Amino acid sequence: MWPEVGHMALIMAAWVAVLQAVLPLWGSLSARRAGWQALARPLAVLQLVLIVLAFGALWHAFFVHDFSVKYVAHHSNTLLPTPYRLSAIWAGHEGSLLLWVLMLALWSVAVATFSRRLPQALVAQVLGVMGAVSVGFLTFILTLSNPFARQFPAPSEGRDLTPLLQDPGLVIHPPMLYMGYVGLSVAFAFAMAALLSGRLDAAWARWARPWTVAAWGFLTLGIALGSWWAYYELGWGGWWFWDPVENASLMPWLVATALIHSLMVTDKRDQFKAWTVLLAIGAFSLSLLGTFLVRSGVLTSVHAFATDPGRGVFILLFLVVVVGVSLTLFAWRAPQWAHASQPVAGSRESFLLLNSVLLVVAMAAVLLGTLYPLIIDALNLGKLSVGPPYFDRVFVPLMVPLLLAMVPGTVVPWHVARWAAVRSVLVPGALALLAASAWATWGAAPQDAGAVTTAGGWLTVMGGTLGGWIVLSGAWQIVQRLRLPGSPGLAWWGMQVAHLGVAVLVLGITGVKSFQVERDVRLGLGDSVTVAGVRYQLIGVDNHLGPNYLALRAQMKVFEGEPGNEREVGTLRPEKRRYVSSAMPMTEAAIDRNLWRDRYVSLGEPLAGEPPQWSFRVYHKPYVSWIWLGAVFMVLGGGLAALDRRYRQAASSARAPSAHADKGAGVSALRGAAPAALGSAGVAKGAVA
Amino acid sequence: MKSRHKRGLGIGLGLLLLCGAAYFVLNAFQSNLVFFFTPTQVVAGEAPKEGHFRVGGLVKAGSIQRDGMAVAFVVTDTQREVPVRYVGLLPDLFKEGKGVVAQGRLDGGLQFVASEVLAKHDENYMPPEAQHALDEAAKARMGAAVQR
Repeated sequence: MWPEVGHMALIMAAWVAVLQAVLPLWGSLSARRAGWQALARPLAVLQLVLIVLAFGALWHAFFVHDFSVKYVAHHSNTLLPTPYRLSAIWAGHEGSLLLWVLMLALWSVAVATFSRRLPQALVAQVLGVMGAVSVGFLTFILTLSNPFARQFPAPSEGRDLTPLLQDPGLVIHPPMLYMGYVGLSVAFAFAMAALLSGRLDAAWARWARPWTVAAWGFLTLGIALGSWWAYYELGWGGWWFWDPVENASLMPWLVATALIHSLMVTDKRDQFKAWTVLLAIGAFSLSLLGTFLVRSGVLTSVHAFATDPGRGVFILLFLVVVVGVSLTLFAWRAPQWAHASQPVAGSRESFLLLNSVLLVVAMAAVLLGTLYPLIIDALNLGKLSVGPPYFDRVFVPLMVPLLLAMVPGTVVPWHVARWAAVRSVLVPGALALLAASAWATWGAAPQDAGAVTTAGGWLTVMGGTLGGWIVLSGAWQIVQRLRLPGSPGLAWWGMQVAHLGVAVLVLGITGVKSFQVERDVRLGLGDSVTVAGVRYQLIGVDNHLGPNYLALRAQMKVFEGEPGNEREVGTLRPEKRRYVSSAMPMTEAAIDRNLWRDRYVSLGEPLAGEPPQWSFRVYHKPYVSWIWLGAVFMVLGGGLAALDRRYRQAASSARAPSAHADKGAGVSALRGAAPAALGSAGVAKGAVA
Repeated sequence: MKSRHKRGLGIGLGLLLLCGAAYFVLNAFQSNLVFFFTPTQVVAGEAPKEGHFRVGGLVKAGSIQRDGMAVAFVVTDTQREVPVRYVGLLPDLFKEGKGVVAQGRLDGGLQFVASEVLAKHDENYMPPEAQHALDEAAKARMGAAVQR
């Protein structure tokens, strides 16, 4: 019965979404129906209640092993441990989309709840647009991808969840990623509201900022979790494969990153308006494109578990409608925003413009590399793939100027170029260069014959200098700022923490790319291999019985120190699992982590012969944790920025866009300019500028 | 007047930068395209003699031979076969009779030296490229039968 209740709830939710899309928007555009605007909030809440009910019904079906529900039978099994039974709901196509609309409903209610100070018309329009997006997805679910579809007779046992997905990483990675994807719909809805009403001023930007930053934070977290999961679960030791599915999440992230910076210019300087709106449309369209790529089955990729080409057409059409409508509106409205003044070269806005351009070019490069093979394949012009070397070769040169612009961009004031401010952070830059050179020279682990390693070179110096410069000048800015009276505000701290995160990420990538050691080796019992000065000895290989799998488990003792003077520091137990219900093999790597390096061992297959031997891959991965640590800092920074009180000020005080020089907003202008001004001229001058 | 010149200069510089970026991106793109060929195409000499490409099909039953970390096997589309050499750990789902895609280059003759072996993470799932190779071979067989 519960699946039918869930299905009914979804149908009702779709009708509520239609009302939410039509009535408040109509009310906001027609004076006679102004009262309808007030319907936006209750309808959003009602929609959430109905979708939660549907979600709960599906959860119930998974929990009680109701294999008459096709989706449950395909993605669960009586042997499946309970946590995975509940997270299996988003392991497949239908459930993922249900999660998508649940997230959308959650964001809608969040907007409804935290928008008491926004004008009613804006709230009505934002929620109306989100309702329209929800209509599209609910229609899709109900017509083409119903998770509640039954099958008779019901099988007595389910097919089981793909072993790859039976992991804590999967429990949280998709919800976080989807929170990010769907959160960008809020920024999109704000942009659409601006296009509909023609009202796009600093106050609008200020309202849109915390939502966009919050969505960006979730997206960052989602991507980082995915990368972390791939690192320990796929057993290949990589943390980013330039896989189309990864690219699908990176593209909206790049544009969202440009968007949060561009929104700042719209907020503080009342500039970049059309560009900001375009970025908001682009970010959300790319997250729809991501959904299309992942959920349509058009990809050749490790993520190809949930595939069905027929459905792709719907998402593609939906994408075309969203992009078409929003760009048409944009073409109609944008000319009135286009004639804002040009940014002065060397001012903060000019650096932020550079940021936007570089991020969008990077997105375009990723888009080209991701879509081109699909287009060629669709046109029957042959099969090809774009290798990771392309992305590496394009991405690094685009990110270097971006990182290079990060420090001056944060110290120069708005509107004017002040080279003295840049000069003041040259000392941290020089220190970073020295430290990075030392790192490149002495940072490598002891070498040993037969290992594949990439020695530190000028790339190490460059990455180290860029990361180090951001860290040191950030610290310098914080010290300078703390000497000033008053609090710099959460948004400023958020910026510092997020930028620190970027630096940590860059240092992590540089470190692991420069100094990692990899070795494939065959070992018999008692044999050892030395990688990066650490000896790994194979002690035993035995069979091990898990809850729903059989595993071949190796035991490796790890020794540190010179031969003759070594000490044992631990045991690693890599596994090769075979899942009972699907007979699918899985490599379960054993990792010994700390902040400075990971020791990573994965077990290959048994090799024929006497005495028996097994193949192993052993990695020494220095600084690899910094990659995810950096992402954590970025997320924390985003969270701090989203919570800044300034964004939640009453609409009245935010009404005058260019009057930033006075009162509360003046403090924020001073915040930005102060550290720069301190370097040379003086606080007052910088604030006035 | 002066500000207009400045703006013109700014736009010009911006365009120049964008063109530079586009040139550089497309250049990198072109040199990193990896094309896919079926064993039939490789045997027919359609694959590049130098440079990387992908070949895919089924791992021929009984063809896997190991020597230390080195492994040799044969990729077949049921019509033609290409011998492949590879050194390193093989993916979990690499098995005789299953779909496989290898990336690498030809070693002078028809010996393929793989730098990467891909097999997909689902026992029922065939890499689309490998499936394509089998379909092409099946089509060719049908065509030959009709002609006869």
